[in-house]
Amino acid sequence: MLGEPRDGRIVVVGASLAGLRAAETLRAEGFTGSLTLIGEETHPPYDRPPLSKQVLLGKVPADRTGLPQRRRLDADWKLGVRAGGLDPVGKRVLLDDGADVPFDRLLIATGTRARPWPHPDEAAMDGVFTLRTSGDAAALAARLAAGPRRVLVVGAGFTGSEIASACRERGLDVTVAERGPAPLVGALGGTLGELAAKLQRAHGVDLRCGVTVTALEGDGRLTGAQFSDGTRIDADIAVIALGAVRNTEWLAESGLAAGPRGVTCDAGCRAFDMYGIVTDDIFAAGDVARFPHPLFEYQLLSLEHWGNAVAQAEVAAHNMISTGPRRRPHLTVPAFWSSQFGLNIKSVGVPTFSDQVVIAQGSLKDARLVAVYGYRGRVTAAVSVNQARSLEYYRHLIETAAPFPPAPGAADQRESPVPVPSDVPDPKLLSHGPTVALTGHLPDRRLTVVQPAR
Amino acid sequence: MAADTLFHRITDYAHRADPYPLYAELRENGVARQDDGSYLVGTYHDIAALLHDPRISSDRRHRTVPDGAAGTDEGVPPSFIGLDDPEHHRLRGLAMRSFGPPHTPDRIDGMHEDITRIVRDLIAGFEGKERIDVVDDFAYPLPVTVICRLLGVPTEDEPRFRLWSDAIVAGFDPTPGDDPEERQRAGTDARKQMALYLGELAEGRRGHPSGDMLSAFVNDAGPEGQLTPLETMATAVLLLIAGHETTVNLITNGMLTLLRHPDALERLCREPELMPLAVEELLRYEPPVQMLPQRTPLADIEVAGRTIPKGSPLILMLAAGNRDPQRFVDPDRFDPAREDNQHLGFGSGVHSCFGAPLARLETQIALHELLRHLDTPRLIEDPPEYRRSPVLRGPRHLLIGRGGV
Amino acid sequence: MHIVVDLNRCQGYAQCAFLAPGVFTMHGEESLLYTPVAPEDQRARVRRAVAACPVQAILVGEEAGAGAR
Repeated sequence: MLGEPRDGRIVVVGASLAGLRAAETLRAEGFTGSLTLIGEETHPPYDRPPLSKQVLLGKVPADRTGLPQRRRLDADWKLGVRAGGLDPVGKRVLLDDGADVPFDRLLIATGTRARPWPHPDEAAMDGVFTLRTSGDAAALAARLAAGPRRVLVVGAGFTGSEIASACRERGLDVTVAERGPAPLVGALGGTLGELAAKLQRAHGVDLRCGVTVTALEGDGRLTGAQFSDGTRIDADIAVIALGAVRNTEWLAESGLAAGPRGVTCDAGCRAFDMYGIVTDDIFAAGDVARFPHPLFEYQLLSLEHWGNAVAQAEVAAHNMISTGPRRRPHLTVPAFWSSQFGLNIKSVGVPTFSDQVVIAQGSLKDARLVAVYGYRGRVTAAVSVNQARSLEYYRHLIETAAPFPPAPGAADQRESPVPVPSDVPDPKLLSHGPTVALTGHLPDRRLTVVQPAR
Repeated sequence: MAADTLFHRITDYAHRADPYPLYAELRENGVARQDDGSYLVGTYHDIAALLHDPRISSDRRHRTVPDGAAGTDEGVPPSFIGLDDPEHHRLRGLAMRSFGPPHTPDRIDGMHEDITRIVRDLIAGFEGKERIDVVDDFAYPLPVTVICRLLGVPTEDEPRFRLWSDAIVAGFDPTPGDDPEERQRAGTDARKQMALYLGELAEGRRGHPSGDMLSAFVNDAGPEGQLTPLETMATAVLLLIAGHETTVNLITNGMLTLLRHPDALERLCREPELMPLAVEELLRYEPPVQMLPQRTPLADIEVAGRTIPKGSPLILMLAAGNRDPQRFVDPDRFDPAREDNQHLGFGSGVHSCFGAPLARLETQIALHELLRHLDTPRLIEDPPEYRRSPVLRGPRHLLIGRGGV
Repeated sequence: MHIVVDLNRCQGYAQCAFLAPGVFTMHGEESLLYTPVAPEDQRARVRRAVAACPVQAILVGEEAGAGAR
């Protein structure tokens, strides 16, 4: 332990999953100094995945998803107060209530918020919702329970699709509007996007792809929506599921490399400043962090994944109280899951980092399968539908850069499966933001354009 | 006389009481090819990877070397334990409909009181005995009674199916030498007898469901269809055998292990809430199924730097993996409160044990009640006499003396 | 008693749904839904479920930051 910084003042901005797990790791690894967690929401840390599932189904109240803690934290919690700025020279976090909090080391884990509907007056109407916080979920669940005539979901990414699934399970009529060619296509590409579209329609969703919502109508209260193809529907609830916005505005004057794509950090979670110089006392983790990954050609990844928040927070915390060669890189293979329309969809790797996809096990027809993604002849991702137990095998292939298509011989492989283009669209074509953003460049295409904050 | 290969020594009855030094040798050797062309794997990470590798088949008919146990049943098809997806998944799903979630989520939890009552009745039978045979007086009748009730098989028929069951277990004993063909033929024959018996029972319930699984097999059809009469027979044989031949070992191995570790025994008496963790540790430390002898690669696969050719018999030594120091801290220590314990006691992957939750609950209740009611139990014979099978390894008798109930 | 399941680890073995069916339920064949705040009378069952999880994906503990409310 000699020379390791186990005391002093550590401040964690962001009191959700990443902030909590970082705090636990700090204490577990012997940090004895003062620990402060600052959170904008008044709730202690809670779990968000249940909000679009158990909570919308009415099985769990929205305020009952609080996360367990693994140990006593002995921390000072400042909840219900926003961090408004960072003074990196004076080493203080400036709070919106006028106070400031000095630190020796800082962890930025401010995450994301729901991207709002772009027209504020329409967004303000009664019946227009987003889904990110437990308060959002409580309000939406109450309205779903009251039996609306029709729900409009704008954006068919994972959140939008899970909301539509919950609505159908509650017997509610639901319309889904997606600018892209199919649901989930931004994260999973064309083949599984097509499966998702079939699935939604088979479950009675009025799915409209290739359209945008041009106006939400109503007079203080939502009554319907207009689409770009000239059609309109009556709806008394609209859920805006257009992806997430990273909470980095408070860092605008901080001199850190922070912007709409997140806070850029190194593989050890240390934040860069705007000149590309790595800081040594400011770290980032979770949805707000943007970091290089060797499996994906060292491109900067921004992941909105539960598992990434946990793993990255643990690495960040470890590195905050370690020096030199004792620091660890954050190298875990990205992974996420989604549960919708009775199916369990799980992913390892980065499916958007691909040029081809092959159904390596099972079949689309049975909606039980493993799709394996490759880029330039190596395996980069796999997605299982109701076949999670196979995924470990493919994670190993990704980690070892195994050749694509994967070796044949799976017991449940259909005859000579043929790889097809993975058809990952440019995120600009989607209603919802991608939950995995690759913000570097591929040699043969440019996935995203970084735009300045408006 | 057979050659003295590692697998010969592992299956040699002389080593039944303590095969663990041989398992350590196996882990040291990496992947061990035997002179009959089969391969043994005993390291944790390799076994875990193979159990999740979609190119590893459970269907013995894919073996390229002669295999007497494959495909010799006339009439009774393989049960799902010997099949691959998608067929395995379909049959297992149909069997699961009346056993567990999502269709029947409360079945096992709902048996808690029933199992406790059976356990207490058996313990009441110890009254007045100076010596108890944990196997014959307790660990065998308990799971037999439970699985019979669950399936809807009359417990009075136990003497009949015990003979068949013994022959079936002997039939898939992979011990080389001593006329395996004769054993396999007898096993196949017994399996057919048992299948006919169970099929008849099931048919008798058609139109008269009585709440048990045999009734459900013939009466309840879901959107995925239902088991055919032949599939019902194959599935029922599997569940009846697996339902008692393994749990008896888990309970007996459990009691033996606790009696050999008085500190752990005393701790469990003091902290009964540790029992679920302790049972997981037993599944790691003395797993009732020591090996999976029936895997076959469908392609040439590489394991630990060695190529195992397509079609070779592949034997996964679960009990060796469970003691792998590369995975478990202090693996030869029995720690009833072990936290990091992702053992291979029930296998893993798509073929992961169907009846695991039932075996867990039975063993938790059984050991809990035994510890509560047996006053100062002591081992009379250590090591005890073992059953023959190197696969389903456990004592044939476990004699204990006691101070009183 | 607060619960969170790491559903990246979860492979749908359903042991929790067998052993604590009032807290963990399978939604379809492979998706797990659970009650993040389990009633006290389920404590023994939840303990069984935690121990039985073949991939050790279930974390149970006191509510995080409870004192901060």
